[in-house]
Amino acid sequence: MRYAETGFNLEIDLTRGNIEKVASDLGDTELYLGGLGTNAKILWDRVPPEVEPFSPENLLIFGAGLLCGTPATGCNRTIVTTISPQTRLMAFSMMGGFFAPELKYAGYDKVILRGQSPDLVYLYINNDKVEIRDASHLKGKGSIETAELIKKELKEPKAQVAAIGMAGENRVYYASVEQGRSSASRGGIGAVMGDKGLKAIVVRGTKDINIAEPEQYLELCNEVLEYIKIREDNPIPGVMPILAGLGSPQEMKVHDEKWHTENFMWGNSRTRRKDFWTDEIAKDWKETMENAQTRLISCFNCPMKCGATLSLPGLPTYMMKCFTKLTYTMGAFSDLNFGLKIAQRATEYGLDGFSAPQVMAFALELLDNGILTDKDFPEMPEDNEGKFYYLLDKIVRREGIGDILANGTYWAAKEIGNGAEEYAHNNIKKIEQLPLKLSMLNPIYFLMYATGEKMNITQIEGQFPQAPFPKRKQREKFCEDWIQVPDEKFKQIFLDWEFRGDNSIPYYPTVEMTCDIVDWQEMMHYIDDALGQCAGLSSFPLKPPYHIHNYPKFISAGAGIDMDEDKLTKAAKRYRTLVRAINIRRGMRRKDEKPPEDHWKKRFPELEEKLLDGYYKLKGWNNDGIPTKESLEELGLDYVSEDFIKRGILTDGDDAPGDDA
Amino acid sequence: MTGDKIDKKMKVIKTIKIDVDKCNGCRACEVICSAFHAAPKYSSNNPARSRIRIIRDPLRDIYVPVYAGEYTVAECAGRDKYTIDGKEYDECSFCRASCPSRDEFKEPDSGLPLKCDMCEGEDEPLCVKWCLADALTLETREEEEPDEQGEQEDMEIGLESLADKYGLQTIMDSLARMSEKD
Repeated sequence: MRYAETGFNLEIDLTRGNIEKVASDLGDTELYLGGLGTNAKILWDRVPPEVEPFSPENLLIFGAGLLCGTPATGCNRTIVTTISPQTRLMAFSMMGGFFAPELKYAGYDKVILRGQSPDLVYLYINNDKVEIRDASHLKGKGSIETAELIKKELKEPKAQVAAIGMAGENRVYYASVEQGRSSASRGGIGAVMGDKGLKAIVVRGTKDINIAEPEQYLELCNEVLEYIKIREDNPIPGVMPILAGLGSPQEMKVHDEKWHTENFMWGNSRTRRKDFWTDEIAKDWKETMENAQTRLISCFNCPMKCGATLSLPGLPTYMMKCFTKLTYTMGAFSDLNFGLKIAQRATEYGLDGFSAPQVMAFALELLDNGILTDKDFPEMPEDNEGKFYYLLDKIVRREGIGDILANGTYWAAKEIGNGAEEYAHNNIKKIEQLPLKLSMLNPIYFLMYATGEKMNITQIEGQFPQAPFPKRKQREKFCEDWIQVPDEKFKQIFLDWEFRGDNSIPYYPTVEMTCDIVDWQEMMHYIDDALGQCAGLSSFPLKPPYHIHNYPKFISAGAGIDMDEDKLTKAAKRYRTLVRAINIRRGMRRKDEKPPEDHWKKRFPELEEKLLDGYYKLKGWNNDGIPTKESLEELGLDYVSEDFIKRGILTDGDDAPGDDA
Repeated sequence: MTGDKIDKKMKVIKTIKIDVDKCNGCRACEVICSAFHAAPKYSSNNPARSRIRIIRDPLRDIYVPVYAGEYTVAECAGRDKYTIDGKEYDECSFCRASCPSRDEFKEPDSGLPLKCDMCEGEDEPLCVKWCLADALTLETREEEEPDEQGEQEDMEIGLESLADKYGLQTIMDSLARMSEKD
């Protein structure tokens, strides 16, 4: 018997309409855990670098995390993996909600899709009954609308539905997969789903998930619940409200948006509005939110209320989480009411809330600067909000200029030319980033931005305070119950971290310290992504209930896999390296590992090089960011090093053939 | 009967108070219920085996946690709809029965009915313990067992009304016939 996981994957060939239930290898679970880890293994094995994102050979994998569906609080992530049309690299966007547990209860850990259906279809999984059904009547329907229609036609109100909207159908490079209150948004996964002719995956399951050591496992779960209660009753003093508690930033619950609106950039990530947040706006926005909100809601088996049901006058109800609350508002220099309204349409269309508003603001900037002209925007309304609605519709339909903008700022700028590239200024590895422009280089954030392959800083950062605390006493207090650190040295680094003087950024934390901090931050996210744990209760907040000390016990007791901290650290390193290997094989190199030029005003090129050197070394990568033969073999990834040597990515020695590889 | 002073017998009533406005729809109650009732305890979980269900329709803001009650062989003849605070609820949304009209509260493989046992042996039902949203809270109260004198009075009132209706003689005849049967 398999524990925590089901031991079966569904293999769907959309070209031939073939469906197979395939047993997975327990050995792979031991090495790569599940979720992201085993997704990466499958992608490495089966999608060679020559495969284009939009081709039948590209895989689209919906993988439930290893512990999803068990009683572990907050463990509900589906990790969706494919080759991204936007970055041409591996995309692995996560969604919470209720999909992953339902898939496990239906008896599967993953749905692996290949091929291309000639007609629009949806996949219906009901325990052992799996069928591909016609979806031609759902063409052009919104993502939430689609879910409702399908549940009705199947008479399965309890089914969970992951669907694309018009953006996905029309292969917009930043199309999302929407699932009720959650979505897998980054990297254009919805576009790949659309390219495959798949409108939705519907799942209903009523089977058991087994636990290896029941009493022990429940004790661990109870400890986590107790800790959540204590942590929620004792918010961390001295940090901004959204960082004081647990959960993914509580955007729906917290009304105070002074920090975001005054520190993040408006428009095409350009304008900082330092005195934006007035009492009047605070009152107005609070009223808007309270009028729109019917309820704060959660994902499967989680007490945090990170999402909300929103009903705006005259618009269908939808559910929102996190920062999409402000992205449209700030992109269009508007207010919260506009932001919530346009997000309703964007959610039905199925678009990434980070990229979409930036693309639209970018287009308007090109118009303002004469790179695009009025002819490119026939019949566009005069007002800014009207312009955003106009562009949104053009993009998802790929009409006129929308067809170019649908490829994101990087590709659109290339196609438009005429200096447009300068306006696509907020990308890393071709993907739009949070609209944040700061003054002094922060070495920790530099490394996370540069080397992150999750493409979104909120899915890389966490655990370590974002800034020093002003007084030593406060720092000492913070360290008192900081049980999550993998090593006591992190406390000392934090204790000595000051706002000014020798021990301040950019030279403190030192290169070595910075590398260790980032390595810890990244490791926790990667562990979450394999187990299916939401970052909001683990890798993102300060002092989370899950950490490197209790995770091995969860895996041992839950999945029956003998695990300790060293083994888990090594496993996480193994599949993290495999993710890198997939991207290296697709051409990613050191030259691609850089935050936007204007992310900080004060840059330190020499220090930045040293940071990258140090981090690569710590990771076992050579100076070009390529995992070395030695480090690959140490992780049991001999097959990767053999492939690298065969392809000339590595020579028999460790180094890359040349700097310009 | 000893006269004036009667020691009233008390019984403990456990009540789970359900605040539908506080439910966040996470279904932790379903998870822990099914885990607790697995054999061996906690060895598996499966919300489809849970004795509590959240009747859930997020887009219509409907979240009703319901506990499995008695099994019934027949479904209701008519099914009503309730509108509360502008939201329309199916009558079944509040019904605790394991009944032929729906698949709630039935073992998924055998179809056998499920019934909440308040997690016998635990300090409190685990659904309550795991509901950090406080949609489910336990209230224990003592209630008087109906005393015998009161019961006697109740019965006499009933008999009197029967006697008024049918005449005392008819009632006595009936009682005599009934006692012969025993």
